[in-house]
Amino acid sequence: MLELDTCCKSFRVGAFGTKELVAVRDVSFEVRSGNVVSLIGESGSGKSTIGKMILRLLPTTRGTITYDGTDVSTLQGRSLREYYADVQGVFQDPFSSYNPIFKASRVFTMLRSEYFSSLSRSEWSAKLERSLEAVSLEPGDVLGKYPHQLSGGQLQRMLIARALLLDIRLLVADEIISMLDASTRIDVLNLLGELKSRGLGILFITHDLSLGNYISDETIILRRGRIVEMGATEKVFGDPRHPYTQNLLASVPHLHEKWRHDRVVAAAVPASADDGRALVAVDEGHLVAAGFGP
Amino acid sequence: MAVSTGQLQADIEPVPPGALQPAAPAPARRSEFLYFAFRNWKFVLGLAVVLAFLALAVFGPMLTAHKPLEFSGPTASPPSHAYWFGTTSFGQDVFAQFVYGLRATFLVGCVGGGIAWLLGAGVGFTAGYRSGWIDDVLNMLTNVVLVIPTLAILIIVAAYLNVHSYVTEAILIGLTSWPWAARAVRAQTFSLKTRDFVDIARLSGRKTRHVITTEIAPNMSSYLLMMFILLFGGAVLIGASLDFLGLGPSASVSLGLMMNNAYSASALLLGLWWWFLPPGIGIIGIVGGLYVMNVGLDEIFNPKLREL
Amino acid sequence: MSLHVDDLTVYYQSLRGDVKAVDGATFEIADGEIMGLAGESGCGKSTLGKSLIRLDTRMRYVRGSVELDGQELPVWDDARMNPFRFRQVSIIPQYALSALNPTRRIGRMAVELLKSRDVAVDAVLPEFRRRLELVDLPQDILERFPIELSGGMKQRVVMVLSSLLDPSLLIADEVTSALDVSTQRAVAELLVEFRDRGFVKSMIVITHDLSVLYQMADSILVMYAGKLAEKAPAETIVNDSRHPYTQLLLSSLPEVGVRYAERRLKGIPGRPPSLLEPPAGCRFQARCPVATEKCDEQPPFCPLEAGHEAACWKAVA
Repeated sequence: MLELDTCCKSFRVGAFGTKELVAVRDVSFEVRSGNVVSLIGESGSGKSTIGKMILRLLPTTRGTITYDGTDVSTLQGRSLREYYADVQGVFQDPFSSYNPIFKASRVFTMLRSEYFSSLSRSEWSAKLERSLEAVSLEPGDVLGKYPHQLSGGQLQRMLIARALLLDIRLLVADEIISMLDASTRIDVLNLLGELKSRGLGILFITHDLSLGNYISDETIILRRGRIVEMGATEKVFGDPRHPYTQNLLASVPHLHEKWRHDRVVAAAVPASADDGRALVAVDEGHLVAAGFGP
Repeated sequence: MAVSTGQLQADIEPVPPGALQPAAPAPARRSEFLYFAFRNWKFVLGLAVVLAFLALAVFGPMLTAHKPLEFSGPTASPPSHAYWFGTTSFGQDVFAQFVYGLRATFLVGCVGGGIAWLLGAGVGFTAGYRSGWIDDVLNMLTNVVLVIPTLAILIIVAAYLNVHSYVTEAILIGLTSWPWAARAVRAQTFSLKTRDFVDIARLSGRKTRHVITTEIAPNMSSYLLMMFILLFGGAVLIGASLDFLGLGPSASVSLGLMMNNAYSASALLLGLWWWFLPPGIGIIGIVGGLYVMNVGLDEIFNPKLREL
Repeated sequence: MSLHVDDLTVYYQSLRGDVKAVDGATFEIADGEIMGLAGESGCGKSTLGKSLIRLDTRMRYVRGSVELDGQELPVWDDARMNPFRFRQVSIIPQYALSALNPTRRIGRMAVELLKSRDVAVDAVLPEFRRRLELVDLPQDILERFPIELSGGMKQRVVMVLSSLLDPSLLIADEVTSALDVSTQRAVAELLVEFRDRGFVKSMIVITHDLSVLYQMADSILVMYAGKLAEKAPAETIVNDSRHPYTQLLLSSLPEVGVRYAERRLKGIPGRPPSLLEPPAGCRFQARCPVATEKCDEQPPFCPLEAGHEAACWKAVA
C-alpha cells in the first residue's frame, strides 16, 4: 500500500544555510493493509521526519514515496485532498494539536467543509457520533468543550476519531502516547490494535521498545537516519543482530528482570560505522546492515 | 515529564482564568474579555479619552456655526461666550478649527495606521509562514524600509509632491511605518507555525492562505489589535509632526497645522494660550490615550500580567 | 541519615480555592536508602519532593513535620530553609536540562551557582573537577556551552553539581524522563553509584516510570491523587503489591515480551479526581474494581507487614 524507496532528507542549517544536516538516509520499507509497522529510534534518528514526509508536510530530498503506485510528491490540490482522505496523522503533543482558542470539535468541522459538505446536519451528527463511539468516547463528554478542559487521552482519541471519519487506510502515529499517563496509554494502544484488525495500516513511530513490541507486526530500528535492522517483530526482538539493537534491548528497564551487568554488550558502535552498508537478509524477513549479521 | 505540565496546569491554574470569586461560574470567553476589560482602569481611562475626542470630532462641527478658516470674529480674543476657544490673530474661531482639525487627525490615523497595519500583517504572515526565498526577499525589503529615516523621507516627498489632501499624507505615512509590525508578526508566525495544529489544518486539506487566516491570525488577534492601536497613534503623531513643519496640506486644517500657525504668529510670546493649548492637548490626549489603552489591553489579554 | 515525614500537607493556592496537592504524607527513609516516588501526573509526587526543600513559592504549607537526621527541617519557612538547601537537602529539579542558561559556559554557571549558595568556590573546585572525571565527563566541559552537550552529559553535570556538598538527602525529580533509553540506564546507574560512593546518603527518585525504579530503587512509594497509596521494597511492590491502584497500574504496563496478540493489557478506566474538591474517603474509590461502602471512609496509611504499608481497607482485611 505505502512504499518508501531510498528516501533521503537533508536540511540546510547554519549561517546562510551553508551546512547540511542529513536527517534521513536511504530509508526503504513498506506498510501493508492491516499491518502495524513500528519505526523505533531515539531522538535525532529521523523517525518523525519520515512520518512528516509520508504525510506530505515535508518534501523529500531524494527518493520516492509511493502510495498504491502513485508518487506522493506529484499530488497537488484535488489529488492531495484525496490522498488525505486515505492517509492521516496523529502527533505527539495533544495540547499542541488543537488550536487553543477554538473548541476541540473544530478539528471535525474542519473536515466537514472539505470532505463532507454534501451531508445534511443529522447525517453529519450521526457519522460523528459513530466515530467517537468507535474510540470509546461519549459525544456528550467531548463535544462543545475547549481543549484545555479535556485530558490528553481524550484529545488523542478525538484525533484518531477524526482520522476514522475519513475512512482512512493508513495512519501515521507519531509518538501518540508518550505524553499520556500510564493507565490511559494502554487503552489507546489497544484501540490501535482493534483498528488494525479492521484492516487499517499503521505506521507506529516511537522510541519506546516495549510499546513497539506490544503492538507491531514489523519493526524497523532507526539510527541517525539510517535503518540498521528491520523485520518481523519477533525476529528483531528475539534475535537482534545489530549491536545497536542489542544495546537498546539491554537498556530497556524491565519489571521482572534487573539490568544485567554480566552480559557484555558489544562496545557502542558509532553511528558512522553504518555508512555505506546495505541491508542484507540474515533470516527470512529479517534484514540487518551488512557486516553485523551472524 | 511533558504530560505533567498540561494536566497539572489544569488543576493549578484554573482555565479559563475566570471568576475572581470561587462561587461564580467561569464566564465564557467573549464575556471574559469584557469582564476583565472594564475592571482595568488603564484601558477604561484611555478608551474614554479617545472616545471623547472622537465624539468631539464627529459632533463638534455641528455645534459651531463658524467655519474653521473663516475670518469671522475679533482678532486674538480669549475664550468667550461667542467663541468658546477664543480666536486666532486672524480672527478665526479656534474651536471650529479644533474640531475640524480633530477630524483630519483621526482620518490620518485611521488611513495611515490602517495601511501600515495591512502591509505589516501581510508581509509578516507571508514571510513567517512561507520561509524560503520569499522570506529572504521580504526580509530584505522590510529591513530596507526600516532603516530609511522615515521622517526625513516624508519631509522630502511631501515637499516635492505638494501634498493636497490628508488622505495622500496618510498613505505616505502608512507606506513607511509598517516594518516593525511586519517583523513582529513574522516572529510570532514562525513560532505558531511549528505547532501541531497547523499541521492538522494542512492535513485537513486547507490551503496556505486559509491556514494563515483561520489558524494563525486568530491566535494573534490580541496582538494584531494592539498593533493597530500603536500604528494609529504613530500615524497621528507623524502626521501632526509633518503638519507642524508645514508640509501637510495647507488649504485645510489639522491640529498640527494649528500649532504651526500659532507658532508662526508668535502666539506663545503674545500670550495667546487658547490658540496652541487645545491642539497640543488634543494630540497628547489622543496619542497618550491610545498608548495607555494599549497597556491596559496587554494586561487584559495576558493573564500573567493581571493584578490578582 | 534518616528522614521522618509526619502528616505533611501542602496545598497550592489558586483563584478557585486550594488545590490539595499533598495530603497527610507520613513515611520514613533509612540511611542509604534509595526510595522511588512513583505515580501518574497530578498525583503530587513532584510537590512532595519540592516541599521537602521548599523550592516553590506557590506552595502553602498547611501542617506536618519533617525531621532529617534528628533535626527538624523548617519546611514552612522559605528563609529558614536556606542554610539547609544544597547542604543537607539538595534537589535536581525537573526540566533541569532545559533550565541551563544557553549563554553561559558550564564552568561560569557552576561558579555562579556555588557563590549564590555561599559556598567557598576555591575550596570545592578541585573536588568538583574530580567528580566530573569520575562520571566520565571530559575536563574541558567547563569551557563548553550547554548547546554543545548531549542530554546525558547535561544531566550528569547537573547531578554532580547538586550533590557537590555531600547532602544527606538528594531529591531527583524526573531526571530520566527526557532521555533516550541507553542514556536513561546510564543516568540511573550513576545515581546508584553516587549513593554507593557516599556522595549522597539517601535519595528520593521521583518518576512515573515504575520499571526504572525497579532497577535502581530499594523501596517504592506509590502516590495517587495527593495521598500515599503504598510503600514497600521494590521487589515487593512489583511482585506482591496489595493496593488495587498499584496492581492495576503494574498490569497496564507493556513490557518487551508481551504482545497484543497474546495478552491484552488493560488500563484503568476513568480519571483521577480533581484536587480542588477531592472526595471524602478513599480517592481511588471511583475507579477501584473492589471498592465497598467502607471506602467512603479514608483508609489510613498503615503497615501490613514489616516495611510494607498501604492505604486500603481491602489490603488490611
